[in-house]
Amino acid sequence: MADSKFAAYICTGCGIGDTLDVPMLEKIAQKEGKMALVKSHPFLCSTDGVKLIEDDIANEGVTHLCIAACSRRAKVEAFRFPAAAVSRANLREGVIWVVAEGAEHDAVRQEMAEDYVRMGCAEIKKMKVPAGNVKEASSKKILVVGGGLSGMTAALAAAEAGYAVTLVEKSGALGGFANNLWKRVPFAAPYADAQPVGAAELAAKVSGHAKIKVHLNAVVAETSGAPGRFAVKIAQESGGMTDDVCGAIIQATGFTPYDPARLPELGGGQPNVVDQAGLEALAKAADGGPIKRADGKEVKSVVFVQCAGQRDASGQHLPYCSGHCCATSIKQATYFKDRDAGINAVVMYQDLRVPGMGEDFYRSAQDKGVTFVKGRAARVTDGGGACKVDFKDLILDEDTSIEADLVVLATGQVPNAGVNLDEWTATVTAAESGDEAAKTRKDELLKTSVLSLNYRQGPDMPQFKYGFADSHFICFPYETRRTGIYAAGPVRRPMDILQATEDATGAALKAIQAVENAARGRAAHPRVGDLSYPVARLEGCTQCKRCTVECPFGAIDEDEKRFPKFNEERCRRCGTCMGACPVRVISFENYSVDTVGSQIKAVNIPDEFEEKPRILILACENDAYPALDMAGIQRLSYSAFVRAIPVRCLGSVNTIWITDALNSGYDGVMLMGCKKGDDYQCHFVKGSEMAFYRTSKIDDTLKQLGLEPERVLSLEVAITDNARVAKLINDYAEQINEIGLSPMKGFG
Amino acid sequence: MASKEYAFYPGCSSQSKASASNYLTSVNTMCGKLDIKLTEIPDWNCCGASIGYAEGGELPRLALSARNFALTERHLPGKEMVATCAACWLAQREVKERLDHSETLLKETNEALAAAGLQYQGTAPVRHMVEVLIEDLGYDTLKQPVVKPLEGIKFAGYVGCQTNRPFGIAGESFENPLYLDKLVETVGGEAVPYDQKVACCGGALAFSEPEKSQKQIRAIIESAYDHGAEMIVTPCPLCQANVEIYQSEINKKQGTRFNMPVLYYSQLMAVAYGSSAREAGLDGQLIKAARLEEIAGK
Amino acid sequence: MTTANQTARAKYENDFLKEVEANVEEGHWVRMCMQCGVCAGSCPLGDAWAHPPQKLFMMIRAGKREEVLSSDAMWMCTSCYNCIVRCPRKLPITHIVHGLANYAHRLGLAPKGQPTRQTAALFWNNLVKKGRVNELKFSLALYFKDGFGQGIKNALGMQAVGLGLVKAKRLNPMEILGGHGIENLSGFKAMIDKAREIEDRKKGLAG
Repeated sequence: MADSKFAAYICTGCGIGDTLDVPMLEKIAQKEGKMALVKSHPFLCSTDGVKLIEDDIANEGVTHLCIAACSRRAKVEAFRFPAAAVSRANLREGVIWVVAEGAEHDAVRQEMAEDYVRMGCAEIKKMKVPAGNVKEASSKKILVVGGGLSGMTAALAAAEAGYAVTLVEKSGALGGFANNLWKRVPFAAPYADAQPVGAAELAAKVSGHAKIKVHLNAVVAETSGAPGRFAVKIAQESGGMTDDVCGAIIQATGFTPYDPARLPELGGGQPNVVDQAGLEALAKAADGGPIKRADGKEVKSVVFVQCAGQRDASGQHLPYCSGHCCATSIKQATYFKDRDAGINAVVMYQDLRVPGMGEDFYRSAQDKGVTFVKGRAARVTDGGGACKVDFKDLILDEDTSIEADLVVLATGQVPNAGVNLDEWTATVTAAESGDEAAKTRKDELLKTSVLSLNYRQGPDMPQFKYGFADSHFICFPYETRRTGIYAAGPVRRPMDILQATEDATGAALKAIQAVENAARGRAAHPRVGDLSYPVARLEGCTQCKRCTVECPFGAIDEDEKRFPKFNEERCRRCGTCMGACPVRVISFENYSVDTVGSQIKAVNIPDEFEEKPRILILACENDAYPALDMAGIQRLSYSAFVRAIPVRCLGSVNTIWITDALNSGYDGVMLMGCKKGDDYQCHFVKGSEMAFYRTSKIDDTLKQLGLEPERVLSLEVAITDNARVAKLINDYAEQINEIGLSPMKGFG
Repeated sequence: MASKEYAFYPGCSSQSKASASNYLTSVNTMCGKLDIKLTEIPDWNCCGASIGYAEGGELPRLALSARNFALTERHLPGKEMVATCAACWLAQREVKERLDHSETLLKETNEALAAAGLQYQGTAPVRHMVEVLIEDLGYDTLKQPVVKPLEGIKFAGYVGCQTNRPFGIAGESFENPLYLDKLVETVGGEAVPYDQKVACCGGALAFSEPEKSQKQIRAIIESAYDHGAEMIVTPCPLCQANVEIYQSEINKKQGTRFNMPVLYYSQLMAVAYGSSAREAGLDGQLIKAARLEEIAGK
Repeated sequence: MTTANQTARAKYENDFLKEVEANVEEGHWVRMCMQCGVCAGSCPLGDAWAHPPQKLFMMIRAGKREEVLSSDAMWMCTSCYNCIVRCPRKLPITHIVHGLANYAHRLGLAPKGQPTRQTAALFWNNLVKKGRVNELKFSLALYFKDGFGQGIKNALGMQAVGLGLVKAKRLNPMEILGGHGIENLSGFKAMIDKAREIEDRKKGLAG
C-alpha cells in the first residue's frame, strides 16, 4: 500500500452545501476516514470539478478516491477515473432528497450524511483497481449448432459482420424444418398472400460464404472451455472428427412437431387426418395443382383444428400455445382458396392469435372466403370417405359437427433442447452410487445432447419452462446460464419463421459481444466491461463446494486437488460464490467481504439512550438500489435511520455481514433483492433465490444472539418500486420501534 | 360578419306545425343574427330516416336522398346543403358516401332518378347546421352577438347518436364529443359533465318498444339531474322529442317527478343573442324553460 | 322465393353467407367479422337481443337461414351507430342489421306482428304517399296498428301529450285533411317504383 494515496471530494452542489454541515463532513473524512486529501467543490461533476480530481491524480499521486456527492448511478461518465479506485458516498439521492425537510430533522440528516462519508472512506480503503485479465489467444470464431432458418440466419449475420463461423448441421442438407414447407406466412406488405420460403436461397448463400465453414451430417461431440476458448469436437456421421476452437456458441436446434398420433380422439393417425407438416407435404406434392389426399381424392373441403394437443390443461399434452399455428393454418387454408374459391376451408379456433402483422393476413383470408369458427373440437372421425368433426360452437353455444374431406391438426412445437439437466443430475448421482440402469441411461442421455459440454453441471444448457432452452425470459431473453452460449429460434420459445430469423440475428449480436468481451478480459452481460473477477485464497478453502454448486452460471470447476477452479470468462461477476463461501476466501479486487464489511462497521451506532435506531439495507444494485434512488428523485421521504449499501446481487451477501451488523448494535437488517421463482427478475437468475434461502437459515444465529427474528427482513423489490420501497422502510422502522432497540449496542 | 348562404333542408319534423317547429323558428332567428341565409331546397322530400329501411330497402332509400341532392344541384347550383335534423343529415351523408364509392349504385340510383326527370352528380356536399356554426363561423364569431349571456344556468349537453355517429363532427371523439359543451359556454351557460352524453334515447323505437326506449330516456334525464343540470340541450329533433315528450309518461308510470326542459342549441343562441321567447321558439316547449324565458323577457 | 326458403343448407358451408352477400345491404361484410363481441356490448338494447350482431353473423356463417331470418333480434336496432364506430374491423353493422331486417321482411320470414317491423312499414308507407312524413297520420296509424279498440286506448293514453303538442304548435290537427307534401308527387312515385323494381330484380324478389 506504499504507493496508495487516499482522497475525498465533497460536492456542495445540488443543495448538499445548503443542507448539510460540510466542514463537519470534511473533518470526518480527514479524521475518521483517514483521507490524506479532502476537498470540497461547489459543482464537482463540472469540467472544473473533474479537472480538480484529475489534477490530484496526476500531480498529487492520488490513487483512491471517495466522491461524496450524488448516487453512484448518477454522473457515471464524469466520475470515471480508470486509473483510480473510486467509491461514492450518496449524499444527494441517499440523504438530502429522502430525509424529511425541516429543522427538526437537521440532526438526523447530518448524522446520515456523516455515516455515508465514513462508509465511503472505509470502502475505498479496501478497494483495488481491477487489472483485468486479457487473454492472449482468444478466439472470435462463432459456432452455430443447427442449420435451419435460425441457424443459417445467425451464421450469415455473424459472417457478414466479419466473424468466422463454423456451422454444424445434423442432417445432410441445410434448411431444417423450412425444407418441408410449400410456402411461408407473409412477412412483407401487404401481408395478404403466402410467400415463397426462400430456404434454398439462404442455404446457397451460407454454403458459399467465405467466412462460414459448414459441417453437414455432423454433431458436436464435445465442448469444453469457456467464452473465447471453447474447444469443440465435431463428429461426422462417417466417423471423422474435427477439432475446432471458437469464442461463442449459438444453439439453433429448432423444434419437432408434436406427434399427432398422441391425439387419437382428434383422428391422429387416421389417413385423412394430417398435421400441419403433413398438409405442407400434400401441398408440395401438388406443386400448385389441386391438393389430394393420400387416397388420391381431390380435397374439396378441409377443416383446420387449432390448438390440437396444445394449451392443454389436462396434463396429457402441451400446456402452452405455439404461437405460429393460427397463422400457419390461415396460410394453409389459402393454399386451397387461392386455387379454387369453391373449396370450403374452415379454421376452427378457440382464440385466434396472429401476432405481428398476422391480423392483416387473417383479414385477407376472411376476404378470400375462409370460414372462421370459434369452436372446440371434441372428436374427429375418419369415415374413409369424409371426416366428421364434432365440436362445440363457442359463439352459438351448441354442440354440432362439420364434414370435410380432410382434417388438419394444428399441433405444437416441441423444442430440440438436448438433455434435461434435472434428469441428468439425478441419473449421474444414481450412476455414481452404482446403479447399472442409471449408467446406461446416462450414456443414452449423452447421445441426445446437443452441445456435449463437459461442464460439471451437465452436457447442455439448463432448460426453461416446458423444456425450452434457457432464457432470461422476462428481462434479457437471449441470456442463458451458460455464458457465451446463446439459444435462438424455436428451441428457445415457440415462434414462427419471422420471429426465428429476427431472434437469430439478435443471438448473433450477443455472440459477437461475448467474443469481444472475452478477448478483452471483461465481463459479459450484465456487468459488461467489468474487469474484476473472483479470486480465491485457496489456503483457507475447506473444499466445501458451495461455490461450485451455487454458481448460477457453472463458472467454477474443481481442479485436480478438488479446489475451486474459476473459469473467469464464464463468470458474470455476481458474487454469488462470495456470498456462499463460509470461510470467506473468495473476493473481487473492488468488491469483497471487506469492502462491504468495513462500511457496516464504519457506521456510528448511537448508544441505546439516544433512542436512534440504525437499520442496515443491503440493496441489489440492479433493481432495489435504483428504486431507492428514484424514491429520492421523487422526494419521497423515508426514515433517516437507515444506511443503504448497494450489493452486486443479493446472492453476493455473505451472512457474516448480517451477523456482524447485529453484533455491532444495528437494530435491523433489510435485504432487498429481485423477484425470484419461475418468473424471476434476478439478473443472475438464482442469486436472489440463494440469498432468500440463506437468510431463511439465519434464525438460529439470531436465537443464539438472543434477538428477535424480525430483525432480519428479506424483501423482493422491483426497479419500479420507488414508492413502495419508501413505505417498506418506514413500516420497518416503525416495526423496529415497536420491538425496541437492539440489546447488542455497545458490545461491538 | 360575412354573409353566408346555404341550400336548406329543414326535414319533415321541422316544417311549420310539425314536432320540431320550435327548432325551425329558433334556427331562423339564430341565422338572422349571424347573417346566415338559408334558401329552402325546392320540393325537398323525406330522407327516409333510420326507420325507413324495413319497407324501403336500399335503393329506394338511396333515391330519396339522391333526389334532394339532385334538386339542390339543379336549383341552387354551387350551394352546400345544410340540414338541421340529425337523421336528415345522416341519411344524406350516408347516401352521398355510398353513391360516391359505388359505380353500380350510382348507375342504378340515377336510373330511378331519371323517372322523376332528375340526375345525381355528386357536386353538392351536405353539412349539419352545427358544422356550419363551428367550422364556417367558429366559436369566436358565435360569441360576438351575445348580449344576454346565459349566466348561471347549468346545461347537460345531450349529443345523442346521429350527429355523433358514425360520422360525427370533425375532430370530436365518439365517446366524449365536446362541441355542444363549447356552444353552451360560448353563450355564457355552464356545461355539466354527465355520463349519458352520447347515449341513445331509443330513436324510432320510442314508438314500437316504449318500455325499452323509456328506460333509456329515464337514464338520460336522471343522469342530467344527478350532475346538477337544470336543462338539457341537444342538436337532434328526435332526441328532443323523445326526451321531452315522454317525461310525463315516465312520471305517470314510474312515479318519477321529471320536469327537465329539453332545448335546441339554436334556442340558447337565439335567447343569448337578445331574441324574444317567441323568436327563440320557447313557446314550443312542452316543459317550459322558465329561466330562459326570464332572460329573454328582460 | 319458396325454393330459397326450402333449400336445405349444409352447415358451415357458406351457402347462406353467399345469399346474404348477394341480397342483403352491406352483406358482403359479414365474412369479415372476427367475433370479438364489442358490438354486442355496445348496443343500448343489447339485453333485448335474442342474438346480438356478433351471433347473427356467426349464425349466417353456420348456415342457420331460418333462425336468422325469423329472428326478432335485428328489429331491436335503434340506429344509434355505436356498434359501427366501435367495431375494430370497421363493419357497417347497423346497415347490415337493417339489411337483414329488410330481407327477412321482404321474404315474409320476419316475425309477424313485430312492433318495430310494423312501425317501419307504416312510416315508409306514410312518407311515400306524400313525399314527406305526415306526423299526425303516422301517430294515429301507430295507435291503431293493433286494432280499433287498442288504438283508442293508446290514443287516450297519449292524449295529454298530443294536446300539449298541438298547443305548442308542434302538431297540426289539420294534417288529417292532407298536410305537408311535395309538388312533383307523380315523378317522386315513379322514382320510388323504379328503384324498388331495380332492387327486386337484383335480389330475386320480384313478383
